[in-house]
Amino acid sequence: MNWQLVPQQFVTGLLNGGIIAIIALGIVLIYRSSEVFNFAHGQLVMLGAYLTWWFAGANEDGKELFNLPLWAAIPLAIAVMAVVGLIIERLALRPMTGQPLLAIVLMTLGLSQLLSGSVAIVFGIEPKNNFPAPFSPSDVITIPFPLAFNDTIIIKQSLLATFIVAILAAILFMLFFRLTRTGLAMRATSEDHELARSVGINVPRVFGLSWGIAGIIATVGGVLLATVTGVNLSLATVALVAFPAILLGGLESFPGAIVGGLLVGLAAALVQASSVQAVRNASEIAPYVLLLIVLLIRPEGLFGEKRIERV
Amino acid sequence: MAALRPAGDFDRSYEQDMAVIRRPWQWAALATGLLVVLTTPLWGNAYLVSTANRIFYTIIAVQGLNILTGYTGQISLGQAAFMLVGGYASALATIHLGLPFPLAILVAGLSAGVVGLIFGLPSLRVKGFYLAMATLAAQFIIPWLSRHIFPAYLGGSAGRIAVPVPVILGVTFSEVNQYFYLSLAVLIATTVLVLNISRSRLGRALVSIRDNDLAAELLGVNLFQYKLRAFFIASFLAGVAGALRAHSQRGIGTEFGYGLQESIILLGMLVIGGLGNNLGPFLGVTTVILLEDLAGLTGQTMASLFPAQAPRFLTSFRPIFFGLVLMLFLIFEPRGLAHRWQLLKAAWRLRPFAR
Repeated sequence: MNWQLVPQQFVTGLLNGGIIAIIALGIVLIYRSSEVFNFAHGQLVMLGAYLTWWFAGANEDGKELFNLPLWAAIPLAIAVMAVVGLIIERLALRPMTGQPLLAIVLMTLGLSQLLSGSVAIVFGIEPKNNFPAPFSPSDVITIPFPLAFNDTIIIKQSLLATFIVAILAAILFMLFFRLTRTGLAMRATSEDHELARSVGINVPRVFGLSWGIAGIIATVGGVLLATVTGVNLSLATVALVAFPAILLGGLESFPGAIVGGLLVGLAAALVQASSVQAVRNASEIAPYVLLLIVLLIRPEGLFGEKRIERV
Repeated sequence: MAALRPAGDFDRSYEQDMAVIRRPWQWAALATGLLVVLTTPLWGNAYLVSTANRIFYTIIAVQGLNILTGYTGQISLGQAAFMLVGGYASALATIHLGLPFPLAILVAGLSAGVVGLIFGLPSLRVKGFYLAMATLAAQFIIPWLSRHIFPAYLGGSAGRIAVPVPVILGVTFSEVNQYFYLSLAVLIATTVLVLNISRSRLGRALVSIRDNDLAAELLGVNLFQYKLRAFFIASFLAGVAGALRAHSQRGIGTEFGYGLQESIILLGMLVIGGLGNNLGPFLGVTTVILLEDLAGLTGQTMASLFPAQAPRFLTSFRPIFFGLVLMLFLIFEPRGLAHRWQLLKAAWRLRPFAR
């Protein structure tokens, strides 16, 4: 370990983890309400980022259709993505109700292929580096810290802002599930479909709603991710690290998704503080190694429910 | 016309009753059809032969996936990574150990099988989605390792090493026309293997795990052992397919693909063909590969119509076509083309009474 780098990597990892957490939240949301593992969530994140970029009028050929400021582009993208979520649920997932797990997983995998191909055709395959981020990567805050390299910790403003937004959004969504009628209905549905139905909850409507909300969360995650990395087609793959995060946190748990996201961010960053070159290179697969360890030791995750099967 | 038989011509066994081919002219038609397929290199152009070759080795990988996913019910998102392992193993065995090709292919299968066992280990404690996650981890870790460990042997960050053409008993398989027969021979061997597995004790145990793992355990099926066997067979066949692919592409490495998308496509081929049906891989792989070529053609046409936007059209139609077809199959024919074939067979047998 290169101990001097640890404080810096700790902070960076934690901040990166905020984005992973909000993406993971979207996957857990869908799973809790309809028991669907949404492998297409990464593509929804990517689509949300592309839509925001497009509404913000950053098209390279100068023939912008929209030329909105970022504060208007994001809500517009969120609205469109909510509709996209509703459409996906209606056309792709509702016919699959009651089908085995494998078929549903494959449905979301097919959806992920369809979405990534469509995004490439509509928006082009070139990476977009002109995402109208409110912070430039060179804006940093330096904090003096005696044990760190050069006695300072450098925090990118963009990273800090995304972390704050991610945590705020996560708290907002959790309050939504605790305090609003709709949120309660969604939690009830996740517990037991028939029971929810018997107390007058419109279960199909809840499924649709959860996909709409997942579209919204995905857009938030996409915008945050794009602020850090720019808009490109690999956003979907980057978003896949949310899966190790939700397994670590436990599939059913919202707080688990957030803690898992932070831990995965930390793991990927702390690996880079190693003094061995080979280990530093392993940063991109660190979440997946972590995933394998979790599966072997504690498959239900940190906050998940242990499944007991009865015959 | 055809299917009707003279009065008094009865079936004496269930197989006869179920058979599609009953008359001499039907046997003749089958033989002619097989002959046409087998002699593709004699009359077909290079594109046709290489596509057939691609179909052959992909079928082998999907046959493995069929054992694991179709029969045992364990989702795997890492089949392409195991192909990568097999390709590398065969390449290294022929380059550095000088093994003859048939042995190298065996080495490829075994090493992929062992790697598959390692990633199959969590399958005792987890299933369903969790297992998909374990194999997803394999799909990220294995290609990463190939780029970062032993750069002198695995090609390092270049992500590719050259692979020699196979030589068997002094015959060099350098032309795709020759390679066609090599892949076909291996395909026939794996098909015999898979058919035997599926109707043996092993195959029945695997099906029982898929249908109800608790009941299977009560009947004395050792879950862990049989799941690991399924993982081994699936990865073994992936390794064999990877070896064939590496030698026909004359190279192996992450530059040639073997990514998550390919694993998804292999799984999709299986579903489109029909899960848990030995005909499934043949139908599914052929359909999807032809579909991909159609998508490539569509992309090229669009690119020539709109040259300014060419790059986005050239690559994007493949995932769109594949995703759309996979989703339509899941909604309208989840049992795949193999089930359609069964229906068609029944209708043909009962002609002219079937509607």
